[in-house]
Amino acid sequence: MKIHEYQAKEILRGYGVAVPRGKLVANAAEAIAAARELLQGRAVVVVKAQIHAGGRGKGGGVKLARSPEQAGELTSAMLGMQLVTHQTGPAGQKVRKVYVEEGMDIARELYLGITLDRATGRNTFMASSEGGVEIEEVAAKHPEKILRASIDPTVGLAGYQARDLAFGLGLTGPAVNSFVKFATAMYSAFLATDSSIVEINPLVVTKQGEVIALDAKINLDDNALFRHQDLAALRDADEEDPREAQAKEFDLAYISLDGNIGCMVNGAGLAMATMDMIQKAGGMPANFLDVGGGADEAKVTAAFKLLLSDPQVKAVLVNIFGGIMKCDVIAAGIIAAARQVDLKVPLVVRLEGTNVNEGKALLKGSNLAIIAADDLGDAARKAVAATR
Amino acid sequence: MSILVNRDTRLICQGITGSAGSFHSKQMLAYGTNLVAGVTPGKGGGRFEEKVPIFDTLAQAVRETRANASVIFVPPPFAADAILEAAASGLPLVVCITEGIPVNDMVRVKQALRGSATVLIGPNCPGIITPGECKIGIMPGHIHKKGRIGIVSRSGTLTYEAVHQVTQMGLGQSTAVGIGGDPVHGLNFVDCMKLFAADPETDAVILIGEIGGGEEEDAAEWISRNYRKPVVGFIAGATAPEGKRMGHAGAIISGGKGTAKDKFAALREAGVHIAAGPHELGKTLAQVLKA
Repeated sequence: MKIHEYQAKEILRGYGVAVPRGKLVANAAEAIAAARELLQGRAVVVVKAQIHAGGRGKGGGVKLARSPEQAGELTSAMLGMQLVTHQTGPAGQKVRKVYVEEGMDIARELYLGITLDRATGRNTFMASSEGGVEIEEVAAKHPEKILRASIDPTVGLAGYQARDLAFGLGLTGPAVNSFVKFATAMYSAFLATDSSIVEINPLVVTKQGEVIALDAKINLDDNALFRHQDLAALRDADEEDPREAQAKEFDLAYISLDGNIGCMVNGAGLAMATMDMIQKAGGMPANFLDVGGGADEAKVTAAFKLLLSDPQVKAVLVNIFGGIMKCDVIAAGIIAAARQVDLKVPLVVRLEGTNVNEGKALLKGSNLAIIAADDLGDAARKAVAATR
Repeated sequence: MSILVNRDTRLICQGITGSAGSFHSKQMLAYGTNLVAGVTPGKGGGRFEEKVPIFDTLAQAVRETRANASVIFVPPPFAADAILEAAASGLPLVVCITEGIPVNDMVRVKQALRGSATVLIGPNCPGIITPGECKIGIMPGHIHKKGRIGIVSRSGTLTYEAVHQVTQMGLGQSTAVGIGGDPVHGLNFVDCMKLFAADPETDAVILIGEIGGGEEEDAAEWISRNYRKPVVGFIAGATAPEGKRMGHAGAIISGGKGTAKDKFAALREAGVHIAAGPHELGKTLAQVLKA
C-alpha cells in the first residue's frame, strides 16, 4: 500500500528519523499561516503537492516560496490541478492535499533506501551519492555508485554497516554520526511498520552537517496490514483506481489496464498468461483479474459486475481451469452472473479441468450468447475478433 | 523414482482442523497420501475423520508417528511460526500452502532455515505431487498421471495446465512442484532442476516462470551449464505493466528488473524450448521429445 509523503514523514519522525518541519494544508489561508511559522529563521518554504506518484518536481508539483503570500498563491494553484508525472500516465492525478515545509541549506544530495533483496531473502540498504535521481537510472548507468548493506534480520543494521555507508558516501565530520543515527532510526521504522520500501531521495546533508530527509516514500506490505490497523487507516481511496479499490472489498486481485477485453481468470499466473495471449492475438486486455482458487457464485458475480463497470470493455473473456473447483459450478456462476448483470457484450468462455463436459453443457443450454473456446489461444483470438 | 515425495512420505498437516486444512486433508487422504497426523494447538487427543490422530504440538506428532514431512494450512499471522516449528522438529520437508504471509516474517524464517536440513516449499504455493504415490497440497489429484515429465512452476493454475496437457498426451509426470508466488520462499527453480537432473526417471522438465525477481535467469544459467535433458519453458506476464503487483506478491516488475522479456531471453539462450503460450506447453514438449 502506498501512502503520502507527509504521512511517511510523520511515521519516520516518530522513530527518530530527522525530517524537516512541515504542515499539511487544505487551502491558501492555511498555507499562509503555515508558511509564516515555518519561515522563521528560514529564507524559503517548499510547497509540495501530495499525490502518490513520484516525479512531482518535474511535473510542477514542488515549488519554493519566499513569503507566506507566495506560499498561499502556489497552494491555490496546485490544489485541484491534474499533476502529470512519469508515473501518473497522461491524464495525471488530481492534487487534493498540499504540504508546506521549511527549506533546507543543502550542501549535498544523496540517496538512501531499504527494500527486500529477493536474491538473498534479506532486507538491504542501498545508498548512493547521486541523490535526487531515480535509483534505477543510477543502477543502469553507474552501478558502482550504489553501496549496499545486507541486513541479517536477527542482528539488525550493525553500527559498522552504517559507518561503511557513511564513509562510502564521502561523509566527514559530524555528518558521519548524523548519518548513522539517521540510518539506524530508518531501519527501526522500516521494521516496525512492516514496510516493503522506505526510500529517502534526496537525503540531504545541510551546510551545518545535519543529515535530513528532504523527500520520503514508504510503501507498506499489504500482507502485514492486519497487524497495523493504524497504518491501514492511512489508505487514501482518492489515489486509487476506483475499480481496484472496489475489488479489494470483494477480495479480488484486480488491476486496471488500458484495453477493451475484460478478463476473468482463476490464478495469478494464468491471469497474466491470458493477458499475454490477448495481446499476441492483436487485442488489449482491459484488466488483470484473478478470482482465486475458491471462487463461488457470489464472487464470480461480483467480478462480472466489476468488469462490466468499465465502459471501455467491448468483450469479456472468462478463462478457468477447474481444479478442486468444478467447471459445472463455475459455469452455473457465470450464467447466474451474466443474467443478473444483463450482459450486453460478447462473452467468450474457456473452461478446462474437473467436470468440464458438464460445465460446457450448462453453458450451451443457458440460451446466453456465449462463445465457447477450446484453449487459451483460441479464446484470445475469439475475444479479439468479438471486439471488431 | 521422483523427487522429494513418494510412497514412503509420512505427512503431518499443521492446521488440520481449519476450513482449508480439513478440506484438503480429506482430499489428500482420498488420493492415498499417507497422512499420519494433524496438529492444532489445543485440540490434541482428538482424531480427524475418526482416523488421523491430532496433536497439540508438532514435536509430539513427529515423536509419535515418525512423520517425515508436513503441510501447512495455518492462517497468515501464524504461518511463519508453523514453519519454524516444523524446522525445529527436524522434518526434512515442509510445504507451506498459506497465502498472504508478511514478507518480514518470511525474511526471518529464511534466516532461521539457513544451514538447516529442512527443505521448505512455498509459501503461497499449490504444493507437490508424485502421481499415484503422494499428493501434498491443493492440486486436483485426478488430472495427474504417473510418468516421466517433471514440472515446476511459480503459479498454481499454470501448473495444472501443464499437468493436464502432459496427461492428455499420455505421458504423465514424475513429480510436479509449485514453488509459490511470494518474493521470499524456500525451494527455487535451480534447487528443483538439480533434483530433476539427479532423478533417473525424469526424462524432461516443464518450467513455468513469471515476472519478478531473478530466479528464472538463475535457472537458465544453471541449465546452460549443467542440464542435459530437454526443458520446455514459459514465462507469464509479458504484458504486465511495471510497478503493479499482479496477484502474486512476487509478480512485480520494479526498476525495469524482472521482465518476461529478460527471462524469455535467458531461457532461450540456455537452450530451453519456449512454448508460445501456456496452451502449447504439451505440444512443444511433444515436438521436443520427437526430435
